[in-house]
Amino acid sequence: MSSDRAKLLSSALRRLADRPTTIMEVCGTHTVSIFRQGLRSLFPENLKLISGPGCPVCVTSQGEIDGAIELATRKNVVMATYGDMMRVPGSNGTLGELRGSGSDVRVVLSAMETLRMAEEMPHKEIVFLAVGFETTAPATAALLIEARKKNLDNLSALCLHKRVPPALRALSETDGNRVDGFLLPGHVAVILGHEPFKFIPERYGIACTIAGFEADEIMLALVDLLEQIGKNRPSLTSRYDKAVRPEGNVKAVDLMNRVFNTSTSTWRGIGPIDESGMSIKEEYSLWDGSRKFDVAVRNMPEPKGCRCGEILSGTITPKECPLFGTGCTPITPVGPCMVSSEGTCSAWYRYGRKGDLKWES
Amino acid sequence: MCLAVPHVIIDLAQDGSAMAKAGAIVREIRTDLIDDPSVGDTVLVHAGFAIEKVSPEDSEELTAMWDKIRELAGEEIDEFR
Repeated sequence: MSSDRAKLLSSALRRLADRPTTIMEVCGTHTVSIFRQGLRSLFPENLKLISGPGCPVCVTSQGEIDGAIELATRKNVVMATYGDMMRVPGSNGTLGELRGSGSDVRVVLSAMETLRMAEEMPHKEIVFLAVGFETTAPATAALLIEARKKNLDNLSALCLHKRVPPALRALSETDGNRVDGFLLPGHVAVILGHEPFKFIPERYGIACTIAGFEADEIMLALVDLLEQIGKNRPSLTSRYDKAVRPEGNVKAVDLMNRVFNTSTSTWRGIGPIDESGMSIKEEYSLWDGSRKFDVAVRNMPEPKGCRCGEILSGTITPKECPLFGTGCTPITPVGPCMVSSEGTCSAWYRYGRKGDLKWES
Repeated sequence: MCLAVPHVIIDLAQDGSAMAKAGAIVREIRTDLIDDPSVGDTVLVHAGFAIEKVSPEDSEELTAMWDKIRELAGEEIDEFR
């Protein structure tokens, strides 16, 4: 963004933020983008941005991670995962540590890689660790449809996918919720379109704008939000029209609906949220790793002293966690918010020393 | 984890896969989630899948937005001149 535009936007935000305003950037990619591009230095004092539960790695519950790690230790299982999950601590280590001790854990860049793995290793059980929001879930759906078509019986998915709108509903209903506006995740909206978010301004009176990821796109979205809040006219707007159609990606949603049911899912730090999970439908049960291997997902406590849960719900900032930067760093993470490249704590740790954040309490 | 990067499709195969280019990087992607992929399309790629075609920005709407921002910032911007 040019310095002229930055000055324009900064001035516009200052004019619009005529009272203390709290906006939650829901998406972890936004969190990183805002830090990396130094946007916080352009915000007026009155504007407070807090991070939300928009990093799939971070919101995966301790019990789900333990279940995945336990499954990866079983004989003959090859666990395939996106790289983000390798360093997330379960109760007893990480998938990365498991690989070091002999389990077959492999990083994939695309769900479809597991199809080839299953074809090339017919005597192994390939399990795809399916994490992510609505952006990622259609790829898992496409994988299972293809696996069924090819009748591959040694491939399955451990489905930990989560849905964003129900989590926003849960946050909006939280006692003491102090969010005036949501900066909505652009790539989730690419899939879902506008409709699934409309209930937020309508039912809860919270302003919503779908945002892209460039500096200008984020700043324009913030202008939108502050205008809505200032005029007390909460609505749903989009500043990412180059990629988001109002109806979303109908084909991707259709694939998800063919393969997944809606279910209750536990979010780290928030707890169980109705309709926020995706479970594999009966007709795809042969490719459901959870059923196939009878994976137990238990409710596990957070690691001692870890306050990731409160960070994910925007209740506290990382600097309010006693472990931040001391017992918990990107090299020795205690909680998932420090592990994931899109985790709030990781972003604060990596970019927070660059002069655009006040570190003092 | 929800990052998606624009790529240009440079070659299409019959099985739903395609070759796509982002800068100097060429990689194989899947096109299962989009309608009528064509060579030359710019698509957002997330976790190996094209999730949407990217259209040119609506410059009219953006111009109007910037005009509004100039108006909002008006007096303060004079300070920088």
